[in-house]
Amino acid sequence: MKVLVAVKRVVDYNVKVRAKADGTDVDLNNVKMSINPFCEIAVEEAVRLKEAGVATEIVAVSIGAKACQEQIRTALALGADRGIQVETEGGIEPLVVAKLLKGVIDKEEPQLVILGKQSIDGDNNQTGQMLAALTNMAQGTFASVVEVDGDRLKVTREIDGGLQTLSLSMPAIITTDLRLNEPRYASLPNIMKAKKKPLDVFTPGDLGVEVSKHLTLVKVEPPAERKAGIKVDDVDQLVDKLRNEAKVIG
Amino acid sequence: MSTLVIAEHDNASLSPATLNAMAAAQALGADIDILVAGADCSAAAEAAAAISGVGKVWCADNAAYGNQLAENVSLLIAEVAAPYDNVVAAATTNGKNIMPRVAALLDVAQISDVIAVESADTFKRPIYAGNVIATVQSTDVKKVITVRTTAFDPAPADGGSASVEAIDAVHDAGLSEFISQEIAQSDRPELTAAPIVISGGRGMQNGENFKMLEGIADKLGAAIGASRAAVDAGFVPNDMQVGQTGKIVAPDLYIAVGISGAIQHLAGMKDSKTIVAINKDDDAPIFQVADYGLVADLFTTLPELESKL
Repeated sequence: MKVLVAVKRVVDYNVKVRAKADGTDVDLNNVKMSINPFCEIAVEEAVRLKEAGVATEIVAVSIGAKACQEQIRTALALGADRGIQVETEGGIEPLVVAKLLKGVIDKEEPQLVILGKQSIDGDNNQTGQMLAALTNMAQGTFASVVEVDGDRLKVTREIDGGLQTLSLSMPAIITTDLRLNEPRYASLPNIMKAKKKPLDVFTPGDLGVEVSKHLTLVKVEPPAERKAGIKVDDVDQLVDKLRNEAKVIG
Repeated sequence: MSTLVIAEHDNASLSPATLNAMAAAQALGADIDILVAGADCSAAAEAAAAISGVGKVWCADNAAYGNQLAENVSLLIAEVAAPYDNVVAAATTNGKNIMPRVAALLDVAQISDVIAVESADTFKRPIYAGNVIATVQSTDVKKVITVRTTAFDPAPADGGSASVEAIDAVHDAGLSEFISQEIAQSDRPELTAAPIVISGGRGMQNGENFKMLEGIADKLGAAIGASRAAVDAGFVPNDMQVGQTGKIVAPDLYIAVGISGAIQHLAGMKDSKTIVAINKDDDAPIFQVADYGLVADLFTTLPELESKL
């Protein structure tokens, strides 16, 4: 079974991102970039499927400028077999990402596609679902358990209030939630080996996709600031403040 | 101009999130109809018809929609949405699962987690874990929107008398089957709807210690939440997670216990009206957003707090 994994290059999750002074966009000058944490979980899941003898080949795909090859190499170091970069400029909307990924799927014909449920930059939580619509595949979003069962996929999903288990026909799309697995660290020998693994580059034109724009970023601004309040000395003072000042408890 | 609101429900009753989505739809300033897709969902449809300001309720009652399978419901919504300018749903896990699929079927963008409607085509939404608020303008003819429920006060659940019209269209994509569902049973209010939330973090040290929050939660009628650190450490299940990748809450009172205050956690609770932080680390970032901070050991503070409420 071939597994396709999508990885995105995003601001590292420890970076506190700020709006530029002129409010035109966020300031990403000289900030650390990493593989999106949910994409890392997606790669880990694919590698575990391969280790379990279920997956035979893992293809890691990223869409973006050349720098995203760094994140493809990370995926290769974690255990993916080869990489594909779709070269694009500037910000690409989830719908276009989904169309480009569909183009890759049409070429590669994987049985399973694993993506992160959201990227921590745009926080959109859309691409996997859109890709499932465009490819007319079943979707198992926010997955916390994935089991291949013959030609079906059993997926346990994180939903409001609990868990839901579905059986999906394959090929299928999975998006990862936090508890699906704990990603490993790449070992130094594997990082060296990853440099020699094949990485193909396509343009949107190669995949027959036109990069369209549906949204315009009008401005960005910091959220309304919360003022730090006061420190109370003890529980008595806390209860008194909540009861008589904030009036939030009876 | 017209707007289709997608009802969130369990077939028997409407979820309060529908009323928040309704409020966002009203801000768009167009006529509003509601779609209730489910199985044996006539009670939910009747409840939708009672919401003030609804023109018509479309009720698609079929086994194919009973478990809200995205593959089936998205086909239905895309068809019903044809004459509408806007399609609006709450950004619950259900809305997040289905709506992007609808947007792709309609070949339009989705605008996720909208916190403010600036005009018919311009919206505010948080990005980068809420560190930045983006204003985006849509150039699509049809807007597909999910709404952050905490940002919109619920529309009145009664006062309306819309007609309910059945939709016979059955879309069964045949791609997915429902097997089972485990919904945590609790007498406490639902996390995203609770007026008071008390959350524990890594400082709780283990799952057993979360029991210390229960007595306080019972006295206050509060829901219990957790930081991602507490979930990752296996103290509590993920459905209790408050934060960027968990639930977004905005209660009247939020009590953070043993939570340092990583930006990803703040993203999920900083719109709470009053925030209390209890942490033994004086420098914990949570104190920068807390109205009332108590620097103290939680293991002595919690029993004392419970006894004094």
